[in-house]
Amino acid sequence: MEAKHQWKGWIFLAPALILMAVFTFYPFFKTIGITFLNGYNPLKATNQTFEFGIQNFIDAFNYPKFTSCLYNTIIVTIVTVPISTMLALLISVALNSIRPLQKILQTIFFLPYVTNTIAIGMVFAVMFSVIGTPSRFTTVGVINTIFGTKINWINISMIGGSNASHFTRMFVLCVYIIWNALPFKIMILLGALQSVNKQYYDAAKIDCATKAKTFWRITVPMLSPMIAYVLITGFIGSFKEYTASVAVFGNDLNSIDMNTMVGFIYNQIALAEFGRAAAGALILFAIILVFTMFSRWVGSKKVHY
Amino acid sequence: MEVDNKVKTEEVESVKTQKKSYSQNNKIATITNTDLETLQKRQKAKEITVKTVTYVFLIFFAFITIFPFYWMIISSLKTDTEYRLVIPTFFPHEFCWGNYAEALQVEGFWRALINTLGVAVVSTLLSIVITILAAYAFARLKFRGRDTLFAVLLMTMMIPGELFTITNYATVSTLGWKNSYQVLIVPFLVSVFYIYLLRQNFKQIPDELYYAAKVDGASDFKYLLKVMIPLAMPSIISITILKMMGAWNSYIWCQLVNDDKNFWLISVWLRNSSFVSAADRAASSTGNTNYPIQMAACVIVSTPLFLVFLFFRKYIIRGVSRSGTKG
Repeated sequence: MEAKHQWKGWIFLAPALILMAVFTFYPFFKTIGITFLNGYNPLKATNQTFEFGIQNFIDAFNYPKFTSCLYNTIIVTIVTVPISTMLALLISVALNSIRPLQKILQTIFFLPYVTNTIAIGMVFAVMFSVIGTPSRFTTVGVINTIFGTKINWINISMIGGSNASHFTRMFVLCVYIIWNALPFKIMILLGALQSVNKQYYDAAKIDCATKAKTFWRITVPMLSPMIAYVLITGFIGSFKEYTASVAVFGNDLNSIDMNTMVGFIYNQIALAEFGRAAAGALILFAIILVFTMFSRWVGSKKVHY
Repeated sequence: MEVDNKVKTEEVESVKTQKKSYSQNNKIATITNTDLETLQKRQKAKEITVKTVTYVFLIFFAFITIFPFYWMIISSLKTDTEYRLVIPTFFPHEFCWGNYAEALQVEGFWRALINTLGVAVVSTLLSIVITILAAYAFARLKFRGRDTLFAVLLMTMMIPGELFTITNYATVSTLGWKNSYQVLIVPFLVSVFYIYLLRQNFKQIPDELYYAAKVDGASDFKYLLKVMIPLAMPSIISITILKMMGAWNSYIWCQLVNDDKNFWLISVWLRNSSFVSAADRAASSTGNTNYPIQMAACVIVSTPLFLVFLFFRKYIIRGVSRSGTKG
């Protein structure tokens, strides 16, 4: 009986394990291997000369666009994650406190979750785009109209004008990423809020606690596991951000210095520079690993229950 | 006690109790009555202010959330001339439905649509079968090393996919899978997250059912098919929808491995097509981008997702919020 069960378990797992062996476990070790083998190309069959070392990391760091990719990724992370988490927390607390219109507002706030990143990114590009020349705009775009400005937010160059600055491009990208990241966070936090035991609030009411006190002493501690979860997934997600940038600025991100770490990796793969790509991926992995460990450690100290 | 009738809201309840205890003490009862009324008024005013601020805040952000969708839809209905007005109009003067017809005629749309639907359906079906089998093994069957193996699988969720992509790209190139359908399907069939999700669901089904089925002589496979799957149906539907949405939105991998337009997915088509009106295309080889047509294409690509969201909201939220539960 025992032996039969043993056999059955592996049969049920076989399809998943075979696929994972080929596309998860093997690549994990192989990629780490590629990182430390200088001059190795997995596309070439045999008779390769390569040596063991950290040359790939040096090459990656010395690659002209690497620093810009790393810089962009870090900026996106430290700007978007705290802002979107804070906004999501405020919106979900506000949503939870109202009765009329709650359902319809909830639906509106969830809407961006189901969008195609490319399609809406192109809409953001259109909203910020300026068409024409500096002296005679064909259109200044809707955002400029609303704020009464004439800023060239993202465009490569208006005829006779200058390129958009890195700052404004980054601003547009961050706005888009925050807009895109909010619904997931609201969904998680609102779900958590709705499952907080009402007795805590009743107790606070009997003690005549103020709204602010109730928020900081009950809501935030009760939500802390979910806030931590949203922060960790948010950090990991933004370190892997790439599609949003492609959606707003198109495929040629290097020429306007808007590429990210994941973009760097994909570019290197396309150039068949597997060593540099692997070094980039390992750096990304290390950042995510260190960050996850750190937040686990903080979480175990700070997160309530 | 004349104040009692006015007292309605919950917040004032506590004040009321206070007042009762005060009025027992006759000496200060007269003083507190007037104090209470101002207190109640102040409290009510504060409450209304808080409610107003809450609604203004929510409606403001709801407006920001919805504005890109609004802009996408109205831009898709403008004529190119109207779109290029110096001051953009917030509602089209005339509806130009022809933009949609032109967007559908942009080269490669139908091919990309069929590719996407095909890849989504095939990969979802295969992935569901694999997930169910694996989740069943982890939830119900007993074998040596099961829990260790499950822990190892969970750990792979922490590794960024790009680490796998590098070698997978080499693998699919060696297999000659570049520019094909299987390259979009096979590497992504196994999702540890879905296995985890379904295993949690299977675990909630009581063991007694399993033993009862065993006594009745049902095989493991029959038990899985007749008992487990029907009971775990909501989770399976959630997984199906999330997987379908994933296929519809996938972009980077397809862009990397398939440079042949015949194997593009819809997002790749959207980003890499040039949207030029038929008249412009006839006039010159390189026309200006016609933004209303581009926006019409964006609407076409976005709409299926909205429909799925409207009809299956419960399952999407269920699947997403499940990812947040601890344990």
